[in-house]
Amino acid sequence: MATDPRRKAPRPGFVLDVDRSTPPIMFHHGENFKLEKLPAGRSRVIYPAEPLPGLPDPDESIRQALLNPLDDDPLPSLMKPGMKLTIAFDDLSLPLPQMQRPDIRQRVIEQVLDIAAAAGVEDVHLIAALALHRRMTEAELRHALGDRIYDAFAPQGALYNHDAEDPDGMVELGQTRHDEDVTMNKRAAESDLLVYVNINIVSMDGGWKSTATGLSSYTGIRHHHNVDTMQKSRSFMDRHASELHKSNWRQGEVIKKHGPRVFQIETTINNNTFGYDGPLSVLQKREWEWSARDRATFLAMKTGLNAMPSSARRKIFQSWKAPYEMTSVQAGEVEAVHEATLENCFKQHIVPVEGQTDILTLGLPYISPYNVNSVMNPILVMCLGLGYFFNMYRGQPLVREGGVLIVSHPTPWEFHPVHHPSYIDFFEQVLTDTTDPAEIERKYEKQFAEDEWYRHLYRTSYAYHGVHPFYMWYWGAHALQWLGRVIIVGGDPRSVRRLGFQPASTLQDALEMASDVVGPQATITHMHNPPILMADVS
Amino acid sequence: MIRESLSGKRIAITGATGFLGTALVERLLRAVPDCELVLVVRPGRRGAQNRVDRDILKNDAFDTLKAAYAEDPVAAGGLPDESFADMCKRRISAMAGDVATDGMNFDDESLALLSTCDITIHSAAAVSFDSALDDAIEVNLLGPHRVAAALRDAAAIRTKPTAAGREPGTPAHLVAVSTCYVAGSRRGNAPEQLVDESPFFVDVDWRAEVANARRARVRSEADSRTPDRLSALKKEAYDSLGPAGAPAIAERTEQLRQRWVGKQMTAAGRSRASSLGYPDAYAFTKALGERALVETRGDVPVSIVRPSIIESALSEPAPGWIRGFRMAEPVIAAYARGLLKEFPGVPEGVIDVIPCDLVVATIIAVAARGPKVDDDGIDHPDVTQIASGSANPLEYGQLVDLVRSWFTEHPVYDEKNQPISVPEWSFPGRGRVSRQLGRARKGLNIAEKVLDALPLRGHQAEFGAKLEERKDQLERANGYVELYGAYTECEAIYELDHMYELWNSLDADDQATFGMDPNLVHWPTYVHTVHLPSMVKQARLKMSPGRRQSSSRNDRLRKQVLEPQRQLAVFDLENTLIASNVVSSYAWLATRHLDRPDRARFVAKTLREIPTLLALDRADRSDFLRYFYRRFEDAPVDRLAADSAEMLSDLLITKSFPAGIRRVREHRRLGHRTLLITGALELVTEPLRPLFDDIVAAEMSVTNGTYDGRLTGVPPTGEARYQTLVDYAALHNIDLQQAVAYADSSSDLPMLEVVGFPVAVNPETKLASIARKRAWLIEHWDKSQGAPSRVLPIGPLSHSAGRKLFNRSTA
Repeated sequence: MATDPRRKAPRPGFVLDVDRSTPPIMFHHGENFKLEKLPAGRSRVIYPAEPLPGLPDPDESIRQALLNPLDDDPLPSLMKPGMKLTIAFDDLSLPLPQMQRPDIRQRVIEQVLDIAAAAGVEDVHLIAALALHRRMTEAELRHALGDRIYDAFAPQGALYNHDAEDPDGMVELGQTRHDEDVTMNKRAAESDLLVYVNINIVSMDGGWKSTATGLSSYTGIRHHHNVDTMQKSRSFMDRHASELHKSNWRQGEVIKKHGPRVFQIETTINNNTFGYDGPLSVLQKREWEWSARDRATFLAMKTGLNAMPSSARRKIFQSWKAPYEMTSVQAGEVEAVHEATLENCFKQHIVPVEGQTDILTLGLPYISPYNVNSVMNPILVMCLGLGYFFNMYRGQPLVREGGVLIVSHPTPWEFHPVHHPSYIDFFEQVLTDTTDPAEIERKYEKQFAEDEWYRHLYRTSYAYHGVHPFYMWYWGAHALQWLGRVIIVGGDPRSVRRLGFQPASTLQDALEMASDVVGPQATITHMHNPPILMADVS
Repeated sequence: MIRESLSGKRIAITGATGFLGTALVERLLRAVPDCELVLVVRPGRRGAQNRVDRDILKNDAFDTLKAAYAEDPVAAGGLPDESFADMCKRRISAMAGDVATDGMNFDDESLALLSTCDITIHSAAAVSFDSALDDAIEVNLLGPHRVAAALRDAAAIRTKPTAAGREPGTPAHLVAVSTCYVAGSRRGNAPEQLVDESPFFVDVDWRAEVANARRARVRSEADSRTPDRLSALKKEAYDSLGPAGAPAIAERTEQLRQRWVGKQMTAAGRSRASSLGYPDAYAFTKALGERALVETRGDVPVSIVRPSIIESALSEPAPGWIRGFRMAEPVIAAYARGLLKEFPGVPEGVIDVIPCDLVVATIIAVAARGPKVDDDGIDHPDVTQIASGSANPLEYGQLVDLVRSWFTEHPVYDEKNQPISVPEWSFPGRGRVSRQLGRARKGLNIAEKVLDALPLRGHQAEFGAKLEERKDQLERANGYVELYGAYTECEAIYELDHMYELWNSLDADDQATFGMDPNLVHWPTYVHTVHLPSMVKQARLKMSPGRRQSSSRNDRLRKQVLEPQRQLAVFDLENTLIASNVVSSYAWLATRHLDRPDRARFVAKTLREIPTLLALDRADRSDFLRYFYRRFEDAPVDRLAADSAEMLSDLLITKSFPAGIRRVREHRRLGHRTLLITGALELVTEPLRPLFDDIVAAEMSVTNGTYDGRLTGVPPTGEARYQTLVDYAALHNIDLQQAVAYADSSSDLPMLEVVGFPVAVNPETKLASIARKRAWLIEHWDKSQGAPSRVLPIGPLSHSAGRKLFNRSTA
């Protein structure tokens, strides 16, 4: 493994022009794959960079970051006996898929706890900063933090999930200069020190979004999680061109003024989602470099998957733990830390791309931030394609305005009843009425957001908040406005139509349908995903 | 002539609510503008006048006349500016009376009114071909005799001449409607003679027949109450309802007993009739009725009119007009639906049908002519037949061809919107058809038994209900064969000498207004353009492919259920909102803290118990619950409360029907009160509290922080659930007619029946068939696609595993 040349000298991402000799390109297709031949002469494929090398000694790097923070005092100097310390950490939505043990959060928090213990701090709470996401289960918390931390804190009630709907658990910190409410978890807000432990997988994460969103409630979040903000963010993956982040940063100003002292710890990981060897390693190789063995593995895997029921396929993929490696860690003052994080993040993700395309094709994988150990329902398909991947750009969207997005995903009519109850109703009641984000926001958001039953399930069961499906839809609002047509290849036609998109059975059909909008000789760009890339479109 | 003769006369009519009676009233009102009518009807609960208004005058037979009055009352035969209603008020009197009772329940006032009548037309009859023997005897045999007696009484009390000039003491002319089939099942000519004048008449003592019929009723009633019979009926009731609770079973048993007695009496009628050479009890009792009338009429002048099988009108009041679903229609409808693959009969045989307007005209003409009087001025009962067989015969084979060709061109559509092609009949004997149908029925019976034994729900259960419906249809088809087969084999030719004598005596005007010559009918035209088009409308056959009726009906019912004025929505839990049951939740809670080997032992033990548990549950829900909940003995309250909160996610929501949960919330949003009534334990339903306004569940008593496995009250299932609901409604001042109830099992019947809007959710076979029959809303709610599936409802392995099962006896 150590001899693998790719580890020492990872190649950057690049754009391949498809010609006659280009082999079929692999598309992720939910819990399965497709090999698609792209039209020669007018297609190109954007490949992500190969995984950057991980830090040789992650624990030591963390220690150094905590002792030499950016624009802040060393962490040990902030710890005093008798103080109230709260450690908040990113929830289950990061990283994707879940990483092999030990999770970065465990590594970081163990060191923070050691420092606190050494300073005699006794009042320590650990909070999963899940905002309006579902609560993490015991097993998930154990995976993220390790059994030692879990067993030491959970039984005393000092390790728990954030509860944005706890009437006694939230405080209002004030309002921003744009009259946006800022709310925060009461324990975190009343702490002498709030240490936030983050994992950045995409450039959207981190910064003030960690605390201003992660520990907030509907009252605070609604100011940036809305159609207007999303349509004005170009893109929300580019923090400096994102209204979403500007609003979060304004809320950060209020936190700085009226909230607890925040010590931010951010980390980045590399693109090593499927490993250098092992059954799935073929997925992060470039097709024309596949060896005979890779081909055989792929074929065997696909044959096996085809023969399996979807529940079995789901089980296999959801149990995959990525061998991610940490590429950087930085701690200290939020904004300084986040700038460094972004730089490290982009090092792995940015691929320069020249010019826009008429048709963008995407193969959507089995996972999105909101279906870890769960089901990727049609609404999440929309969010992952039109929200996440479409927005993976800097400068201008990969696809031109009025262009076509072709997405490959089975889009089954399936929902996890425990995790996504409000999604089911959103799908049945809201999308049957309209798919227009602004109209949906106006007509239905409040009703779902303030629903007692969803609130109950969010607080006591493992359900996403009632308003969450709306945010998924808003996430795609910019793309919906921008695109001329969305086609889903190989999707359940009923659910695709319910989403307001067009179903196609093959990529060829989809390209044919797209020609109605962009003409017969349209240019095609395929974004090879995952692992993750971010197109810097000039 | 007819008009003049009837002018100014007052005519009493019995049976005016029937098919023939309604047509008669309409014709007299329209064609004889200055006669008056006294309609003798059974008053029912609403009273005689009300019945006349609702059951007679509202019929579409009067549409033509109403339109004529709206346009020009004088031209329609009324007074200037008179409305149809005013005309009716002026010319019609309603009078309460019942031909099935001695004295007809007449009071002095009624008799006085009857005494002012000049003519009485008796058309009341028990025409149902499968009526009970004693009912047919009371109405058809004794009815004419009673009417004659009443006319004598009425004549006796009158002191002045009637308005039309009839002297005091002379009874009114009685025109009694009978049937051609009094001639019995035989071949050859049947002349218009009194029954006892026929050489084929078996003269039995009609009084003895009356006495015996009444005795047969008493005997059947007694037989139906023997212990064996009652226990068989109770079993049948249980089989059709399932564990619906004692009161519901009792009610159904009593229904079945009455039905059984009815069947016995029908069978008695049919066998007595056939023993004397009649096709059925109707013809038999009518024949004896004529005999009794002639024998006991005294000085009442009597004329008898005998129609054959009366069918829809040729032209009046409107072409194709018909009231009710008559003899041929169900057979034709069954044929058009492809159900009746064969029907017995001889293709060359004559099927003697006669349009109702021809019969009406004959009756009116006889009434206008008055009693037959000989040269000495003595009146003699006379008979006029009105039938088609001798003058203008319709052959059975021809009729079948006509019907088939019409339905080939205008097919009926099935549920899947495919046209049904009608079968070609081969005219087999009656026995073969019966055998065929019998075989089909047997097959369905077996299929039904199998389905019944399976624990089916939802769509599969509905399949069972469909099967049952199909069996019902077959049963009915078989009934037609048994009932009407005899008629198709009846080859008597009814002579019409008296009818033609009467017809020829009419002037051209009368002949134009009161057409009664069977030669007026052109059969192909009549069948194709008059009878069948009106019949398919009457039978509501699906004549065009359209939206599936059932789905549009469900939409309509669903809309009703969700109207804002509903006050309460009550839900069952298990299998209505959640695909789970008390055993699953127990297993989940019990295994929550077990380690792997203990779990395996627990599962093995519980699996062994399942047959016992199922049998107990089928027998009685509340006994089962009481027995089962013992297992919670010694369970710590705190631990179960915490575990139950986890179970919400892992079991209840995972197995929930999202559409059901959504429906609860829809009701709440509409401002309806929502109530959960379940036999599940309160501790299980506790996490569902925010979903409902109120929850009624089974509660266990607690000692020293542990449950003792005993319920504090009767678990709310079956009739206890009904009582809970009724009490709840009373407490909150809720009108149960404005309540909606959702449940899945026939054990919930008492609850479903008490509300205005019952909904069967994923019904099991029995409830599915009940819901279909009663046109209740049926919902099919599924678990979410994508829900984690687990074979056994076992709690997830917790990190604190290794503790004991909470129950001593099962540990």
